Amino acid sequence: MEMMFNVILLIMLLLTAIGLVRKRSLFAVVMLSGIYSLLSATLFIALDAVDVAFTEAAVGAGISTVLMLGTLALTTRDEEETPPKGGILPLLVVMVTGSALLYATIDMPNFGDPMAPIHHFMAPHYVEHSGVETGIPNIVTSVLASYRGYDTMGETTVILTATIGILAILGRGRKRPKKLPHRKANTP
Amino acid sequence: MKNQAIYREVAKLMMPFILMFAMYVQFHGDFGPGGGFQAGVILAVVYILYALVFGLGNARHVTPMTILRFMLAFGVLLYAGVGMVTMFMGGQFLDYNVLSHDPAHGQHLGVFLVELGVGISVAAAMITIFFVFSGQEH
Repeated sequence: MEMMFNVILLIMLLLTAIGLVRKRSLFAVVMLSGIYSLLSATLFIALDAVDVAFTEAAVGAGISTVLMLGTLALTTRDEEETPPKGGILPLLVVMVTGSALLYATIDMPNFGDPMAPIHHFMAPHYVEHSGVETGIPNIVTSVLASYRGYDTMGETTVILTATIGILAILGRGRKRPKKLPHRKANTP
Repeated sequence: MKNQAIYREVAKLMMPFILMFAMYVQFHGDFGPGGGFQAGVILAVVYILYALVFGLGNARHVTPMTILRFMLAFGVLLYAGVGMVTMFMGGQFLDYNVLSHDPAHGQHLGVFLVELGVGISVAAAMITIFFVFSGQEH
């Protein structure tokens, strides 16, 4: 039952991705990417990663879609038609990269394998001791905020830096640009 | 959308609940899913909804840009400040055990404060980005 659910979700993800690539209307693309995020969030819930699913739904499907729509309002709603370019080199690059990625998956542990290395390094310690060491029932929170506090501080700093960057580029947007003296007054 | 009565009323009805949910996610992150990041985003959604329905001018009036910028930096500062305090209290950077006599209480306080810092920073960042994007001239 769960297997079937996962397969259906993955197929829907694939169909959404194909739709994303093929659509010319950027409004549809933004909506589809929101749907893609929501489907991934559902998949994360099926994988019992509720915190990740929460973030994906709030950020990927929520805020990103709003920001993308805002960007569409500033630019254009339709993608420009570009003539398809032929060429053997791009195809070759894609084939080589794709087969390298496929080859890499052979070495990966099976889906849900309890013997996978990731389940034997730090995870048992967190599962067994985090409740006593931090007194926090949610292991994800104790790892994020306490054991890996450095990482989370770095992430918050990244958000700060990104916002400063956006402010530096677009922050003065509400003021009209000063008219250059040698231009006529009505030129935009 | 300024003159649409249904939008306005539904938005007014929903905003307190979204705000409450953001607070719940922020302060209940120790026990359930969620934490500062998610709570910050949900809090930002309240402002975005307000800006969409009541106009960007009103939303900017409610939260001036200077306050947003202050909050943006204050969140990160709170996070790093907790780390500095733990250092001054004899522990390592971000070692919350020293914050209280009982290590588990110290952990609780430390995680609460850093999650609050993350929440404040993320909310301010998302609101700022939205305001800046939608405030552009066409």
